[in-house]
Amino acid sequence: MPNKIRILIAKPGLDGHDRGAKYIARALRDAGFEVIYTGLRQTPEAIAAAAVQEDVQWVGLSCLSGAHNSLFPRVVQLLKEMNAPDIKVFGGGVIPADDIPGLKAAGIREIFTPGASSQQVVDYINKN
Amino acid sequence: MKSPKTKVKAKPKIKKAVKPVKKKAAAKKPALKAAVQPKKQDLFTTLAEWNNTCVQPMLAKYPERKKQFLSTSGDEVKRVYTPCETEGLDYQKDLGFPGQYPYTRGVQPTMYRGKFWTMRQYAGFGDAAESNKRYKYLLAQGQTGLSIAFDLPTQIGYDSDDPMSAGEVGKVGVAIDSLADMEILFDGIPLDKVSTSMTINAPASVLLAMYIAVAEKQGVKPDQLNGTIQNDILKEYIARGTYIFPPTPSMRLITDIFEYCARSVPKWNTISISGYHIREAGSSATQEVAFTLADGIAYVQAAIASGLSVDDFAARLSFFFNSHNDLLEEVAKFRAARRIWARIMKERFKAQKASSQMLRFHTQTAGSTLTAQQPDNNIIRVTIQTLAAVLGGTQSLHTNSRDEALALPTEDSVRIALRTQQIVAHESGAADTVDPLAGSYYVEARTSEIEKAALEYIAKIDKLGGMVKAIEKGYVQKEIQDSAYRYQKDVEAQERIVVGVNKFTVKEESPKNLLKVSQAVQDAQMKRLAEMKAKRDNEAVKKALGEIHRAAHGSENLMPFIVDAVRKYATLGEICGVLREVFGEYQESVVL
Repeated sequence: MPNKIRILIAKPGLDGHDRGAKYIARALRDAGFEVIYTGLRQTPEAIAAAAVQEDVQWVGLSCLSGAHNSLFPRVVQLLKEMNAPDIKVFGGGVIPADDIPGLKAAGIREIFTPGASSQQVVDYINKN
Repeated sequence: MKSPKTKVKAKPKIKKAVKPVKKKAAAKKPALKAAVQPKKQDLFTTLAEWNNTCVQPMLAKYPERKKQFLSTSGDEVKRVYTPCETEGLDYQKDLGFPGQYPYTRGVQPTMYRGKFWTMRQYAGFGDAAESNKRYKYLLAQGQTGLSIAFDLPTQIGYDSDDPMSAGEVGKVGVAIDSLADMEILFDGIPLDKVSTSMTINAPASVLLAMYIAVAEKQGVKPDQLNGTIQNDILKEYIARGTYIFPPTPSMRLITDIFEYCARSVPKWNTISISGYHIREAGSSATQEVAFTLADGIAYVQAAIASGLSVDDFAARLSFFFNSHNDLLEEVAKFRAARRIWARIMKERFKAQKASSQMLRFHTQTAGSTLTAQQPDNNIIRVTIQTLAAVLGGTQSLHTNSRDEALALPTEDSVRIALRTQQIVAHESGAADTVDPLAGSYYVEARTSEIEKAALEYIAKIDKLGGMVKAIEKGYVQKEIQDSAYRYQKDVEAQERIVVGVNKFTVKEESPKNLLKVSQAVQDAQMKRLAEMKAKRDNEAVKKALGEIHRAAHGSENLMPFIVDAVRKYATLGEICGVLREVFGEYQESVVL
């Protein structure tokens, strides 16, 4: 049996809205992944370090405060700097559609916006 | 004279357990009594007969839409409610007249016949000047109170130039670093005329101090100030996340404010004990009431332990609830909350003054019900939620804008949201009689059910050692998360329909013209902060911060020291930095 996929769900920045992050963390766990959740108010540095240390394949970032454009790309960049460019990053939250191309160009693989189901996230991870 | 008589006449329809009412009405209209008040035995028999002869044959032919009907909160909703469900209810004891204990029907005798609720739109973004412009716009549109949204760095006690603030400055509210920003924020707004609500918790003392100082500059004395600070740290640990310090020093900051305001800012609501965010985090209606009132109990206990007498501060406690889509459940929730709180204050804390027993509350429509899909549908959701808040007897209301699942609301969207309140107030008729849903079998039954279940939660929290302990154990957070998880799973399984999201969807273009706050705001804010620091008397600031440091180590009331420091333009980040040094920082107990 192959090793379980490990995923870090993280809340970067100062945003306290963790309902979505916790829901996704739990839904991914129920779908059979190994999930680590960071809790609130993590710096991009702390998230990247945790991702490397926990040896995860995926990092899921959640942000509802509007700070995604500064925080998400920073995590990707830090992972590269820490020689872990193979750790894949996806994001979710209140993210305007016209911000998504920029985030993808910065290396965030996928963005899930309000209304996306946990099944979509599960399917996406399984396919990629 | 006339209106009590009318009420008395109407009562027997509702329930027969009310002896004095029943007698009077019976004397007047025996025929009516016989018609609507069958004996208990008869009623249960008739109900069973109705079920056998009417319901079952119907079900055999036409099954109902679902096997089980659940409220938004997951409680079972029966097919029909009858006097069987309300038979234990005693009108005088459990409802009373509006403005009378236990205030189930409302905290004032005339409610909206006297004056509508305060229409108060929560607003703030970018810098102080931009937010000042939005406040003036809202006041010009007929809004009757201000409600300040601060950005996250302000809420967590960081200045705009702090590395922790990167990306967040001005995003979800206005950035305030010092008194200089507050002067711009309230420029041209007379603080003796408006009432201002500030959503600020961990650093509430600092923002209140700035408000007092800016009022002084306008020539307005502290005892003329009207408003509210949220100042509710417990729900930050539970659901909202903008905590700074651990519980013990946080509770001290709160009781310091209670004491200071009782003396110096007597009309100020010193706390807004909030269920709103607990509900947004996914709790049920019952949990919202239970955990909010359990937080309230913790604050009352802390204040009493600090030496205050309950009737000296209890009248200044206010509450803040969510208004969700399930109209009748929400009305029942508001009514239940008033009844439980009145009884807690009178029976448990022996509060004597009526004003100490009254639960006054602000309401915000439920942000979590807004959909990013077909956003105009949100106007309808907000209308239902507005109606729930009004039928539930709120004292003030914020209505969300249709585009808030996408971004900050535009001016047009905010105007529609305010108009929604104005239409309900002036056109719906819902505001013309007090507590119009009282006596509905369903609403009364739900009110009693929510009360009972909430009291069970409160007893459980007491058993765990009170709210602070329950939070530290992760109990409250887990209960809420379980509800949230169940709800979302139901939505994904289409057992709950969210129009436009999991049914009735359309292909949509992504929305245009969303309001965004640019990085330029942070750059400009940092520049202003640096200029201000260069101009102020830095020696005086240093001395004032030293005084706060000394007082924080002791047990003096911190408020006077904080007021002194903000007058000298000490920044929010500097003051909170000193307190962080002395108090330490809270570490979240992560539960999944």
